[in-house]
Amino acid sequence: MVSRYDFSRTFEIKGRDFNKAGSISINIKEILKELGIDQGIVRRAAIASYEAEMNIVMYANKGEMTLRLNPEVIRITLEDEGPGIENIEIAMQEGYTTATDEIREMGFGAGMGLPNIKKNADIFELKSTVGKGTSYNIVFYLNSKGDV
Amino acid sequence: MRVCPTQAIRIRNGKATILEEKCIDCGECITICPNEAIVALTDPLGERSKFKYTVAIPSPALYAQFGRSILPDKILTGLKKIGFDDAHDLAITCGDTSLAIEHFLDEYNGPKPLISNCCPSVVNLIQVRYPQLVDHIIPIKLPKRLAAKEIKEKKSKELGLKLDEIGTFYITPCPVKMIAIKQPSSEECYIDGVISIADIYAPLLSVLECEDEDDYRKSLESVCILGIGWAVAGGMHRTQKLKNILDVSGITEIIKTFDDIERGKLQNIDLVVAYTCPQGCVGGSLTVENRYISYNKIIQLLETLEEENIEACRDKREIRERYHQKYFHLQQKYEPRPIRALDEDLGKAIEKRNKKEKIYDSLPKIDCGICGAPTCLTFAEDVVRGDTRLSDCIFNVPSRFKELTGELSKLMDTFDSMRKDEGRKPGRERRRENL
Ligand SMILES: Nc1ncnc2c1ncn2[C@@H]1O[C@H](COP(=O)(O)OP(=O)(O)OP(=O)(O)O)[C@@H](O)[C@H]1O
Ligand SMILES: [Mg+2]
Repeated sequence: MVSRYDFSRTFEIKGRDFNKAGSISINIKEILKELGIDQGIVRRAAIASYEAEMNIVMYANKGEMTLRLNPEVIRITLEDEGPGIENIEIAMQEGYTTATDEIREMGFGAGMGLPNIKKNADIFELKSTVGKGTSYNIVFYLNSKGDV
Repeated sequence: MRVCPTQAIRIRNGKATILEEKCIDCGECITICPNEAIVALTDPLGERSKFKYTVAIPSPALYAQFGRSILPDKILTGLKKIGFDDAHDLAITCGDTSLAIEHFLDEYNGPKPLISNCCPSVVNLIQVRYPQLVDHIIPIKLPKRLAAKEIKEKKSKELGLKLDEIGTFYITPCPVKMIAIKQPSSEECYIDGVISIADIYAPLLSVLECEDEDDYRKSLESVCILGIGWAVAGGMHRTQKLKNILDVSGITEIIKTFDDIERGKLQNIDLVVAYTCPQGCVGGSLTVENRYISYNKIIQLLETLEEENIEACRDKREIRERYHQKYFHLQQKYEPRPIRALDEDLGKAIEKRNKKEKIYDSLPKIDCGICGAPTCLTFAEDVVRGDTRLSDCIFNVPSRFKELTGELSKLMDTFDSMRKDEGRKPGRERRRENL
């Protein structure tokens, strides 16, 4: 899939920085609203980018989130340096989590993040190398789904 | 200018102006403006002379403005002394509405959490910044509107007057309630005027009397506990014994909470009751008493009522019946009014967004405000929207210089051509100019 993107913006994410956690997905949401993107898509993109951002904050050392778009498609990609995911299939299951008690006390760790991204995105791809890091590719179509 | 949570204020030609489409009427600017340059337009008491019969409908926040021994019914009597023909205890209607909200929560199975519509500024904020959440707003009528309609209809029957000969005046703790009344949605509005608590405070204070012991007990027994709770953040929660309520007050906290709701969090909460003024309506910018003190007064009154087991609300069965007759339901849904996109065309909007970023990068990012915009970022946005010029930034020296030299050379050109024209003008006119 080759697309030219008219807009691109990258944000840094720090692992374990719970103070700022969630601020990048808010940034992304504001940009999409400014551009006049359909409210429903804005909401789905906000949920997906939030879950992805939180996973980096919770599990990785550091990472980046990039928002790219053109009039047909929104692409949000995330790359992190962290422990990686051993079995992606299992990680994608509802309720699967490796969150620590401490994280659960903060109200996370229901194991619903990845399934939630999948539910909201038009395309969701997850790649990971154990010991190195994880990358997310999340796509939303702006017109009718299909040939981009 | 910077206090505005939606960046709606600009200084243009030395004067503060408010961008209507962004304003949520929260009153934050009125509380803070040092020059009192921003004044809410409340109707003065004089408006009353237009009507044959006038009724005051004070916000329960008025009850917290005076000494603790002065109970609501004394204040209502005071309002009659200063010229109103009648005064309605809005706390009672608030109590009715509380019960209606309970019924609504019982039946409800739409998206959660529901968000209370008791603070109009919160409703505005949702319509402007969280258009996706409009379906979460409780579609129950506001007590002051229900009360105004009820009073007008009742009094017109009793007194044989026409509806428009009876004037209903809401006494408000905040500017938003006024604006919301002045620009009613398509729902019919029976409120004729609005008077701020600040405006009525002095005349009212001069006629208030302390209660003696017997009176005090009787007065206390007439206070509707459910309605009194509406004046403070957390009040409804406390008096209604609903479990899953989240109480939020202050605009920054509300924004954080709504961001969470928009991400799909807080779905286990039934109802969010939010007030943009800290501590609730008692913290409104048109009140007199310190907001923490008035908050305490309301809480102490609630404590006393709880200890004495006083409720004084209307018959619950009657309310339930009315609820089922749709008496409390809004006829209209709340509509979103989202912030205007940079451009209708997405391609162009993207272009403008990129340009905005470039402009922003060239700015000093110190948010000095000299250009008239609250932040460098909003300034960059105003430039790409075409609302202001880049040269309005005093730090943008190169562009300002270019513009100035451009103007200068244009000026020189016109001078040149004027001189040439002058040479050709007939002598008579030239002589006249020389006189
Ligand atoms: N970026 C990542 N790096 C390492 N592990 C990850 C990453 N993202 C997800 N995981 C793993 O996948 C599991 C499932 O993630 P998911 O987001 O679905 O649930 P969660 O984060 O545990 O809980 P919730 O998202 O509901 O708060 C996580 O517990 C974690 O083990
Ligand atoms: Mg997660």
